[in-house]
Amino acid sequence: MSRPILRLGGIGKSFGPVTVLEDIAFDLAPGEVVGILGENGAGKSTLLKIISGVYTPSAGRIILDGQTFSALDPITARRHGVAMIPQEFNLISTLRVYENVFLGQEIRRGGLLDRARMRQRTREVLHSLEVELDPELPIERLSVAERQMVEVARVLVHEARIVILDEPTTVLTDREVAVLFNVVRALVAKGVAVLFISHKLKEVKQLCDRLLILRDGQQIDLCPTGKLSEEDMACKMVGRELSQLFPDKRATPGAAALRVRGLSVPSLLHDIDFTLHCGEVLGLSGLVGSGRTEIAETIMGLRRKSAGEIELNGKPLTIDSPRAAHANGLAYLSEDRQGKGLVLSFNVMQNITALSLPRYVRGLIRHRAERRRAEEYQQRLAIKAARLSDPVQLLSGGNQQKVYLAKLLDIDPEVLILDEPTRGIDINTKQQIYRLIRSLTDQGKAVLIISSELEEIIGLCNRVLVIREGRIAAELDDDKINERDIMLYASGARQRGQAGAEVH
Amino acid sequence: MNDASNSKPMAQLGLQRLRRLPINATILAPLLALLILFVLSSLASEYFLNARNITNVMRQVSYTGIIAIGMTFVIIAGGIDLSVGSMMALVGVLLLYVVNSIADPIQAVLLGMLAAVVAGSLFGLFNGLLVTRGRMAAFVVTLASMSIFRSLALYFTDAAEVTTRNPFFSNIGGGFFLGLPIPVWAFFGLAIVAHILLFHTPYGRHVCAVGANPQVARYSGIRVERVVLSTFVIAGVCVGIAAIMLSSRLNSVSPSDAGYFYELDAIAAVVIGGTALSGGRGSIWGTVIGALILGIINNMLNLTGVSPYLQGLVKGAVILLAVLLQYRRTG
Repeated sequence: MSRPILRLGGIGKSFGPVTVLEDIAFDLAPGEVVGILGENGAGKSTLLKIISGVYTPSAGRIILDGQTFSALDPITARRHGVAMIPQEFNLISTLRVYENVFLGQEIRRGGLLDRARMRQRTREVLHSLEVELDPELPIERLSVAERQMVEVARVLVHEARIVILDEPTTVLTDREVAVLFNVVRALVAKGVAVLFISHKLKEVKQLCDRLLILRDGQQIDLCPTGKLSEEDMACKMVGRELSQLFPDKRATPGAAALRVRGLSVPSLLHDIDFTLHCGEVLGLSGLVGSGRTEIAETIMGLRRKSAGEIELNGKPLTIDSPRAAHANGLAYLSEDRQGKGLVLSFNVMQNITALSLPRYVRGLIRHRAERRRAEEYQQRLAIKAARLSDPVQLLSGGNQQKVYLAKLLDIDPEVLILDEPTRGIDINTKQQIYRLIRSLTDQGKAVLIISSELEEIIGLCNRVLVIREGRIAAELDDDKINERDIMLYASGARQRGQAGAEVH
Repeated sequence: MNDASNSKPMAQLGLQRLRRLPINATILAPLLALLILFVLSSLASEYFLNARNITNVMRQVSYTGIIAIGMTFVIIAGGIDLSVGSMMALVGVLLLYVVNSIADPIQAVLLGMLAAVVAGSLFGLFNGLLVTRGRMAAFVVTLASMSIFRSLALYFTDAAEVTTRNPFFSNIGGGFFLGLPIPVWAFFGLAIVAHILLFHTPYGRHVCAVGANPQVARYSGIRVERVVLSTFVIAGVCVGIAAIMLSSRLNSVSPSDAGYFYELDAIAAVVIGGTALSGGRGSIWGTVIGALILGIINNMLNLTGVSPYLQGLVKGAVILLAVLLQYRRTG
């Protein structure tokens, strides 16, 4: 193996009394992909931030390019070729592709921008990535996957030698993931070293040469990927044998809870019909953009419907606002936790009671009652937070998701609509959320789950509706729920036999 | 992380108790600044601690302070109101018209006060509707209404000062209660009400949520537009009360001078008090302290004989310093 480009020795980091990283040591060689695995809060992001110069380590040293540092700053890290592609892209949506690619390092000629050369370079780089993208397009007109390619192009143009990819595949479809992996392999062939962070063990296994596994800030293992099976990885991350990921399905759904009839929104949804029963988990599957989220938002009164009726327990409802939906016992977990779910600057208590606040008011808000309730949820859902009065932006993604779930549970809804409830969440928290869903259905609540993870749909749902282009393409029951059929209907490769036959 | 917090229950408890007090990290800095300024001022001039001087400063502060309280709500909800100064002149003019047009002097004063508050809330409603229903930026809407209100005040009065001979009117702004001027009581009373509204009612929570992230607020079933609208109405009501206090103190209203540049003083007080101009968080006590800081600086410059032309410079420097410190804290 060639000389390592990066070498970490005894790296530790604490925030006040809390130690988040301890004694991390590993090498990274040119042309190598190292995967970093760990649950939410294991210290992955902290480690990345130390490598990219955002955080100063409290212990240890970093040898980058043969030079020893006790700490990096972002500019030094960048000068030595460290480039990070963050989960949330750092692109300016009003600027064009090539302007973003060269942002901060514009090519100049005689003091003025050399647009022609920047366009040309951008086109070359995108071409080498096998992406046909017009450098003139503004970022706001690009898809998520295309935006990610712009981020990659930016890294290439600046001749990065260590590329950090932080959960790059959460927002991508399978095909886009394949393209991204080809790009990564092309980078590696050029001698670039890659650090890859993902919760999807299958991908990690496909892509990485070696794995660094973290748990509670400790380095648990550093070994060639080939030595570990996916189960081994999960066990090492969690620190114990993983019992069954999905709880057993409940056999007998009860009476009809939510009945949706002929729901339509012009150019988005067409004649959506379904019934959700008490104690049932109903899945909405389909490609991104098929209208799954729109169904949820329309039911919740976030979008105006042009036709259709909604009944709860046999009573027709008029829902024209999320407020009305909440009052009628419906609750919705948005897929966009940070943009639509939680007020990040609010503390844990304030977020949990955001929907149920009137219950805590006797003249004025009873702050103590709020705190007591938040403590209950902290125990019940095992929310890891230093203090309940901390803003939720300090919590890890998985714990934020638990706070978001607590927010919904606190209005004691009869119907829960959960949109990507485990996106970007580690396997342990996932399991906890699945058990929570199961306990809710045991109480007779009805749960509608929207998910892009087929495994999740198959593992959890009693019944699945496959959505395609704003219509229900198929309904699959019990043992007929499988990956192949869902994909066939979702992509339109197979069409339903008789229209409307499957409606209950 | 849990273990770390459990191992120090005493410290935790002490912190919790400290947190209950209205003093928290956000207003600690302005509070310290106020104390330092107070000590410096009393050293700089022997007249500063004079009871009469202090009373005067407090009264002077209360006019812009009352407006700043309303402004705090608008800014926390993510907006801004540039029209408050002009609105004050227009409300003052209308107020004196009502006082002068009713024969019974006591009735005249009471109805005049009512009219001021109603007029203020209607002007606030006007701003708020244009921002929410009209979907225009608060900055633009209130920049326009600033011009409109001032122009109307000048037009109605032909730019002449409006005065009143009502014998009771001046007892409001010029009167005392338990040794303190009535405007000061109004200022502190309003601050307490506003604090309770902001931190102990669902409404206040909604204002903060809307300012922090309107999208999350909407998904949480908060009527975002209504909340934004209401903050402008609150600002208008505060302007109405401030107009009562100022015009009754002077027994007159000058359509060109009344409330001139008050919007800047009010915004400055809010910012110095640690409320984020980007919305989402802030405090009423911070605003009160901010207003007092501005008032004491003005007073000190007067007492020490600094050229009045330089006072703006000092005020500007203080605002910059306050914002700079805020960014240090958050960044």
